[in-house]
Amino acid sequence: MKSPKFLIPAAAVGVLALTVTACSPETGGGGGGEAADCSAYSDYGKHEGKTVSVYSTIVDIEATNLETAWADFEECTGITVKYEGSKEFETQIGVRAQAGNPPDVAIFPQPGLLAAQASNLKPAPKAVSDLVDENWSADWKKYGTVNGTFYAAPMLANVKGFVWYAPKTFEEKGWEVPKTFDEMMTLTKTMADDGAMKPWCAGFESGEATGWPGTDWIEDVVLREAGPEVYDQWVAHQIPFNDPRIVSAMDKTGEILLNPDYVNGGFGDVRSILTTGFAQAGQPVLDGQCAMHHQANFQAANWPEGTVVAPDGDVWAFMTPPIDESKGKAITGGGEMVGAYKDTPEVQAFLQYMASADFANNRVKLGGVVSANKGLDPANAQSELDKLSVELLQDPQTVFRFDGSDLMPAAVGSNSFWKGIVAWINGTPSKQVADSIEGSWPKS
Amino acid sequence: MEFVGGKLLQVGIAIAAFAAVIGLIMLLVDRAPKSTRDKVTVIGFLAPAAILMIVGLVYPAVQTSYLAFTDAKGTPNGVDNFVWMFTQPEAVITLRNTVIWTVLVPLLSTVFGLAYAVFIDKARGERILKALVFMPMAISFVGAGVIWKLVYDFRGPGIEQTGVLNALRVAVGMEPKQFLLDAPENTIFLIIVMVWIQTGFAMVILSAAIKGVPVELVEAARLDGANPWQQFRNVTIPGIRGSLVVVLTTITIATLKVFDIVRTMTAGNFETSVVANEMYTQAFRADEPGRGAALALVLFLLVLPIVVYNARVLRQQREIR
Repeated sequence: MKSPKFLIPAAAVGVLALTVTACSPETGGGGGGEAADCSAYSDYGKHEGKTVSVYSTIVDIEATNLETAWADFEECTGITVKYEGSKEFETQIGVRAQAGNPPDVAIFPQPGLLAAQASNLKPAPKAVSDLVDENWSADWKKYGTVNGTFYAAPMLANVKGFVWYAPKTFEEKGWEVPKTFDEMMTLTKTMADDGAMKPWCAGFESGEATGWPGTDWIEDVVLREAGPEVYDQWVAHQIPFNDPRIVSAMDKTGEILLNPDYVNGGFGDVRSILTTGFAQAGQPVLDGQCAMHHQANFQAANWPEGTVVAPDGDVWAFMTPPIDESKGKAITGGGEMVGAYKDTPEVQAFLQYMASADFANNRVKLGGVVSANKGLDPANAQSELDKLSVELLQDPQTVFRFDGSDLMPAAVGSNSFWKGIVAWINGTPSKQVADSIEGSWPKS
Repeated sequence: MEFVGGKLLQVGIAIAAFAAVIGLIMLLVDRAPKSTRDKVTVIGFLAPAAILMIVGLVYPAVQTSYLAFTDAKGTPNGVDNFVWMFTQPEAVITLRNTVIWTVLVPLLSTVFGLAYAVFIDKARGERILKALVFMPMAISFVGAGVIWKLVYDFRGPGIEQTGVLNALRVAVGMEPKQFLLDAPENTIFLIIVMVWIQTGFAMVILSAAIKGVPVELVEAARLDGANPWQQFRNVTIPGIRGSLVVVLTTITIATLKVFDIVRTMTAGNFETSVVANEMYTQAFRADEPGRGAALALVLFLLVLPIVVYNARVLRQQREIR
């Protein structure tokens, strides 16, 4: 009976050793062990023994990748980056700032939250501002600016409004990827007449958020049909939600989504859109039951394992084409903003690195994300879709706008707009839906 | 690991502090002068519970009541929230649905539970038959919601059905139906889920109560020539009245507060929302804490009389005994 007693302390030591190994910060850098080449980091100076705390919504593998992307920076500058990711970020950041316990740096998932925190934030240092002027389009800088003061540089980006299709099906049927919205409508009609499958499949079911994929649709059409100025006014409520141009965009979307001949391949009639989960809604594209599916770049992760996402693979995507080409090539999407609650030299050095092309390249190289940073080498994108996204984001002709429902007040953007979409698909006329959403806009 | 260790340490400190405070109170109570010792003892031992009650129950209740009369920014706006609740078509539908739920669920669950309890009483394999009906009780509301959502699943005509009910409909030559989408009957389909869960509860309690009805009474009634229905109506029912009230009120309270089933299955869309679901949506998603609080207040006022009634019936019964 002696051995178990002896084993317990031994096991404890073993566990402790493992723990210590697991917790010690990774100092090896992105390359995997070898000493980092510090020449690229000389601009950031030396800040031995200094710590920068970073707080964001990013967790799990994404967080590990993020930490790997700045490991070399830590090693070369001597700064220790203390990273904390939490799903509760959106509520906690306000609480922490109010309690006088904010992180040094916060990565905001959307501009609305950044604007709400602007009074607590330090304006971005000039070096960061210059980097953003150089590396990002003015659209992006605007989202880090509150009341004329520039606070936060963009970090990564995601792209919405892709139309997913099966290249093999298109080839067999002789269908061409449309270059304009009108062409897309003509193609839709051709597909419906062909009769082999419904042209579109869609699914807006998402628990309490049911309806949101529909808001993406409407936003895409508003931006393409009415143009970025109207889009900005609409999102900022400078024009009412029931403005004729918005209603017109809804009607234009309805030509697809409310037409029983065009939807809902693999699931049923128009209303089945409401009971189809958004993550399953693309499946009929693979099964040959529907031809096209509108969803953001993260749809790439919704396909069953083993599905090849490439121009010559099982599925591929094209960007929802322009309606009025004079209004530019518009895309909607999202991205994070890096803002700071402190302006110490080490925090400024960190901000500068995060806004640089080096960070974008280091992070994108690890896969799964893209950035709108113009200094990003598209060759670093890890998948075909990421490459396409980078090309779209870096194209100087591209007009980029944030997902509008994320920018609207919560009462609209995450409640009445969703509910409006549900009512709309369920048969309520566009005008009436827009009127009721307008009625729910908080009076200020 | 570091994180868990830190938490454990905090828990340890909290428990130690708690023990220290209790010890201190006991010591002080014990040291009190003899003349006032009784009073001090009562206060000393009730105070911790009372303070926790005030902090955890009374204060939030008062705060919520105040919030119910404020707008989204927290400035008082009189009874606007209540006007909204009783005039906006959407909010009125919510109230209507809650009424439908509260009438149908207790009634159906109790009737089915009672009928089942009577029919399987002293039957062969009674235990197994009971367990079968009681089993849904063991499933969480969310779990039940997910299961029934799959049961009600819809695919268009001509496409292979994935939901059991629609597969059956198609098999007998009917059109598939959007169970969760077509108002107003979709509320009924949600209610069926709740009844499915609560019938087991009603059945178990009522079955036990039926077994408690004295055999002599039933036998006497039978000798007097009462038929089975008369026996049931005039002997069994009066004998289990107390249990019936408990079952009805318990289920009614649970139904008034129903949230999980609606949220899981339709999230309150398609005109199926109920007060508890709307309360959550308004307070935490639509950024309208005032409206949420007003709904919470109304819900509280609806539950209150039932709780009072329940307590009174229980007290009366104790007095009879």
